Amino acid sequence: MFGYILRRLLIAVPVLFGVTIINFIIMRMAPGNPIDMLVSPKLPDAAREAKAIELGLNDPVYMQYWNWLKNLVMHGDLGYSMYTSEPVVSMILERMGPTLILMGTALVLGLLIAIPLGILSATKQYSKLDYIFVTGSFLGISIPNFFLGLILVYVFAVQLNWLPSGGMKEVGADGGFGTLLMHMILPIIVLVANVAGRNIRYVRSSMLEILGQDYLRTARAKGLKEVFVVNRHALRNALIPIVTIIGLEIPILFGGAVVIEQIFSWPGIGQLTLSSIMNRDYSTLMGLNLVAAFVVIAANILTDIVYAFVDPRIRKSYVGGAK
Amino acid sequence: MSQQTKTPLLTVKNVKTYYPVKTGFMNLQKSYVRAVDDVSFEIYEGETLGLVGESGCGKSTLGRTIIGLEPLTDGTILFDGKPMNFRTDRVSLSKQIQIVFQDPYSSLNPRLTIGDLLAEPLTVHKIVPHHEIQQEVSRLLALVGLSDSAKSRYPHEFSGGQRQRIGIARALALRPRLIICDEPVSALDVSIQAQIMNLFKKLQRELGLTYLFIAHGLGAVKYISDRIAVMFAGKIVEMGTTEEIFKNPQHEYTKKLLGAYPIPDPKKRSILTKP
Amino acid sequence: MESLLSVKHVTTAFDTEHGKVTSTSDVSFDVKHGETLAIVGESGSGKSVTALSIMRLLGKNGHIAEGEVRLNGVDLAKLSDADMQKLRGNDVSMIFQEPMTALNPVLTIGYQLVEAIRLHMPLDKKEAKKLAIEMLTKVGIPQAERVIKQFPFALSGGMRQRVMIAMALVCKPKLLIADEPTTALDVTVQAQIIRLLHALCKEYDTAVMLITHDLGVVAEMADRVVVMYAGQVVETTDVYTLFEQPLHPYTVGLLNSIPSMDFDDKELQAIPGTIPSNYNALPGCRFANRCPLATEYCHSNKPELMDTGDGHLTRCFEWRKLQQGGHLQ
Repeated sequence: MFGYILRRLLIAVPVLFGVTIINFIIMRMAPGNPIDMLVSPKLPDAAREAKAIELGLNDPVYMQYWNWLKNLVMHGDLGYSMYTSEPVVSMILERMGPTLILMGTALVLGLLIAIPLGILSATKQYSKLDYIFVTGSFLGISIPNFFLGLILVYVFAVQLNWLPSGGMKEVGADGGFGTLLMHMILPIIVLVANVAGRNIRYVRSSMLEILGQDYLRTARAKGLKEVFVVNRHALRNALIPIVTIIGLEIPILFGGAVVIEQIFSWPGIGQLTLSSIMNRDYSTLMGLNLVAAFVVIAANILTDIVYAFVDPRIRKSYVGGAK
Repeated sequence: MSQQTKTPLLTVKNVKTYYPVKTGFMNLQKSYVRAVDDVSFEIYEGETLGLVGESGCGKSTLGRTIIGLEPLTDGTILFDGKPMNFRTDRVSLSKQIQIVFQDPYSSLNPRLTIGDLLAEPLTVHKIVPHHEIQQEVSRLLALVGLSDSAKSRYPHEFSGGQRQRIGIARALALRPRLIICDEPVSALDVSIQAQIMNLFKKLQRELGLTYLFIAHGLGAVKYISDRIAVMFAGKIVEMGTTEEIFKNPQHEYTKKLLGAYPIPDPKKRSILTKP
Repeated sequence: MESLLSVKHVTTAFDTEHGKVTSTSDVSFDVKHGETLAIVGESGSGKSVTALSIMRLLGKNGHIAEGEVRLNGVDLAKLSDADMQKLRGNDVSMIFQEPMTALNPVLTIGYQLVEAIRLHMPLDKKEAKKLAIEMLTKVGIPQAERVIKQFPFALSGGMRQRVMIAMALVCKPKLLIADEPTTALDVTVQAQIIRLLHALCKEYDTAVMLITHDLGVVAEMADRVVVMYAGQVVETTDVYTLFEQPLHPYTVGLLNSIPSMDFDDKELQAIPGTIPSNYNALPGCRFANRCPLATEYCHSNKPELMDTGDGHLTRCFEWRKLQQGGHLQ
């Protein structure tokens, strides 16, 4: 197992390296540059040139990448934002917390809803309950995040004035757990509708497949109550494929953050990403991309580890090498 | 059947089929699973060699190696005295050797009618002129005991026994000389097994076919084989005429195998009486 | 002595998209205390459905439509689900054909055994574990203390079937239903499992209802035999009579279909044709279309199970011909 994880981590290094190179090249191919965003168009060319030299934009592209990489590897430094001049690391760290709070809560809540509903849907296949859950999950998947978000803002913030329309706390106020909670409700509803919608269907189909298995008949033949047959014997097996899906869910949520955080003015990674793109803030974008790639790879490795934890057959193959 | 003077139709000489298994840190070490380990035998034209053994002994792998479906690690296989090479002679060899599988259903394309399924090899290999194809399909169906109405039906409309007949008809389409039968009756009901085995015997009489009959059921192998090879852990441990093997087994494993076979006669109970 | 299990006129039906479909009809037989009764039949004969009907494990869509299943006088068909659960694994237990899939792959052998024990016995975890190890040793599993911590994939098919037997017999049930217990196993392993089942059931005085298609296994193990065809019982008698003087043409056909171990070079007498798919709708005998003895009368009249004397039952109008003609060859 340990050897396996080590192997995966070693493979992750060239992957991260490749991702940064591709991102760097694509970014430079996009039209526009940080100078245009930063300074007035009326500025004389000489001044613009001075700024470009200061930011290192006149060096050959491979030199720029090399400098960036050297800085990262030698000092763990991601450089300074070309727009705000703040250190990129601290900008990202500052934005990370709010995103993690929002996404983590959405993921946990979404699964807490999806797993029991999916099980119920599968055990009562083709019943009214099943149809309601399946239709509900379909709606959850089909309604775009921004649309549901805007509707919720219109109804609950603008019309009813029950909940804040965005942000993490009131302007100028200190905040606190209560206000944070109030601000979280709307974005969480949007995200949970999506996460639960997707996963109810996964859990249901995974469970349906397991419910036909021979070993459940064995469990019933022992005299086990149906509740235990489903929740002890079937669920353990049905969760195995779900683990993979949760692993994929993490990067999806990270990507979805861009839209949600924009709609609800949530000061997280997603919002930072969008504004950095707008400002052609190359150095911040490189940092964000690195973080995104890292999240995807980490989620994958984590999935494999959890996989081994829930499925003894996989555990065996890790220990004994490929077999 | 003593045909020792003639050239054997199939000669298998020191055949080995190994599969590499990667183990150790970073999958760097290699070891091998010896599925077929130094096997030699000959089959003469018109005879049936039964190949028996329990699951995992390598009997199916051996059959698949002969027909080129598994890699030949070492050794030689001669067909009609000439070395076989599936890389260069696949087309001509497939006209000589065919295989019938345990479950014909998975090897029959579900979206083709039986007529199309049987016409396909005839067209590809130009066995008969184009205008005679329908006639040839009818002949094949009649040969395996199916009516002409089968032509327009799909594989799922047939029972297990009928599907096996279709599988045999397809193998016969290219007019092969050797048929490798890989557990062809194991999945069938007892009464249907008898039908199919009688069909194999009839076809052998009428067409002069040669069989390598791979099975784990001793009754079937005894009924159909002239000679029997007993396989255990990748090797042939004993080979002889059917009568020799059943009446006077020499190898310990053969004795064990025969002793474990439940005889369908309550007066001859052996498993519960013998230790 | 009263029978342990008495199945009387049981008809099992399934709800399908095409309405209600009868799977077995009018199935009757008895299992006596401690005996081994074999139920023989080919696929589609209804032998497994009969077993699952007794266990009431037919699934959501299947149910006993008519008749009664009495175990020690109690009609299982009328028991509540909760009462039936108390019986399963305790008074009557079951083992299955596919040992490879019959055990839960993500739970340890120990967990699955201990669970079975604690469902029906007032033991704490430690005592149950001790009993589980004892039972595994008893079914011939070496190093039971180690095996108990392992998952099913670490064991061979034969070993898994031993675990299934241990699990089924640990509560010393009165009746064990064994559905093709050796079909998926190699012949040498099959012999071991037959011996094991026989020895343990004798020791526990457990009656066995053995469901199989293999007449060799029947000849080895059974005291009495029920032959099923197309959802019906067609013949019932003791094992010696069945092989010597079968009184149903289907039984005769089955016996003639197996290659003998003698060297008499007989051609196998296969039964022509297949089970008719619409057998429920036939006006006459369900075997008539494949039967060498069938007359006009057989095609238009339904035979009942009739006693030919000494409790030898057959569902055939022409059984006397078989009796007079000896073994139909």
